[in-house]
Amino acid sequence: MAAPLSVEVEFGGGAELLFDGVKKHQVTLPGQEEPWDIRNLLVWIKKNLLKERPELFIQGDSVRPGILVLVNDADWELLGELDYQLQDQDNILFISTLHGG
Amino acid sequence: MPAPPCASCGKARAALRRPRSGQALCGACFCTAFEAEVLRTVLAGRLLPPGAVVAVGASGGKDSTVLAHVLRALAPRLGLTLHLVAVDEGIGGYRDAALAAVRRQAARWELPLTIVAYADLFGGWTMDAVARSTAGSGRSRSCCTFCGVLRRRALEEGARRVGATHIVTGHNADDMAETVLMNFLRGDAARLARGGGLGSRGEGGALPRCRPLQLASQKEVVLYAHFRRLDYFSEECVYAPEAFRGHARDLLKRLEAARPSVVLDLVHSAERLALAPAARPTAPRCLLPLRAVCVQPREDLWTGSSGLPSGVTPQRWCPPTPGLSWCLCYGGAVDSDLGRTAEPAWIMIAHLAAPALGRWSRECTCPAHVGPPLPTSQILC
Repeated sequence: MAAPLSVEVEFGGGAELLFDGVKKHQVTLPGQEEPWDIRNLLVWIKKNLLKERPELFIQGDSVRPGILVLVNDADWELLGELDYQLQDQDNILFISTLHGG
Repeated sequence: MPAPPCASCGKARAALRRPRSGQALCGACFCTAFEAEVLRTVLAGRLLPPGAVVAVGASGGKDSTVLAHVLRALAPRLGLTLHLVAVDEGIGGYRDAALAAVRRQAARWELPLTIVAYADLFGGWTMDAVARSTAGSGRSRSCCTFCGVLRRRALEEGARRVGATHIVTGHNADDMAETVLMNFLRGDAARLARGGGLGSRGEGGALPRCRPLQLASQKEVVLYAHFRRLDYFSEECVYAPEAFRGHARDLLKRLEAARPSVVLDLVHSAERLALAPAARPTAPRCLLPLRAVCVQPREDLWTGSSGLPSGVTPQRWCPPTPGLSWCLCYGGAVDSDLGRTAEPAWIMIAHLAAPALGRWSRECTCPAHVGPPLPTSQILC
């Protein structure tokens, strides 16, 4: 049984355009049976935050290839990717790399 | 599970794992390593000698922002003078915002900025006008193909204006890998053969160009920008969805998920390619001097289906400055797509662009061409 969690979800590199242009979102995740991890955070984001074109953000149960995920400024690769369990006050940043430079 | 400690300083928590070495580094140590690698790339390839005046192609985007930032940090060590050169293609709803980002960067970094506009250089032809002209012409022609060619010319012009000795652009490893894929998919043997190597020496009088970020993966470029808190413009060009490159990019991203080293492996494969003798591109064919054609632009071409953007009138121009010739078209693929069809828009651009820079166009298919073909001289593509 996971308690409600307060996290900051951020979008950058153009990803914010899918979220009404809003970069920072303070989010309270409700208490639920299973612990909150990135996998079910993505489901939550798709349902509650994503304003348009979900296929540009999510592919299958993960993020679209080309979208980087940093948790507290660390690459999610180091933390278990989708299996990383969220802690209270975590910052999760999604940066899109999919545009010209 | 918390991240492991940084393998370099041992003090901070690691922020990422470098793709090639697998080393876990904190943000600060990663940035230092990234800069050291760019320095090594430049030194090992002798890309930018001391005293070079370097025109940095600046679009406001992530790659050119990182490039300019890193080169600025390395400039004293390398003995370089930097100028930012930005190209205004005239794309409404996109380029103005990007240029605003470049202006902010120029001010923050205290670097001189020169902006070169297609409209000025190519007789009123903005990308928006080109897109209108090429829309719905039967085969799905991408205006992006034109843009690539014209942008190279515009960058060259901007670099000359500031007295640059070298041009640098921010192409990263992913860009290079996409280009390799595109060239394979389009059967562009000429480009495949030319594609490898860190830069072009600059044939036919063009300035030498190089891509110091060529061995850096796109992910690392973005992470560098993140850890250095760099401000860049991150919207997609309004025409990008039409560009063929998008297909190559999607394919590459999916491949990367299955095999992370695919990006650098592709680039290295291309460097090691040798073409079969039958595939080697033939020497470019004759050049038709513009002066024989362009003194009298043909009215029916100007008022054809493409139309002219408002406010642009057909121009007469002086014969181009004799000198080195250069190829306006993009090479083999574009030749087969566009160069032979006498499409009004393309001919118009060919005629407008070349005299602006005092050069000749190759393989102009304008029916109004008169005069004997000339022997080929050096071609720059």
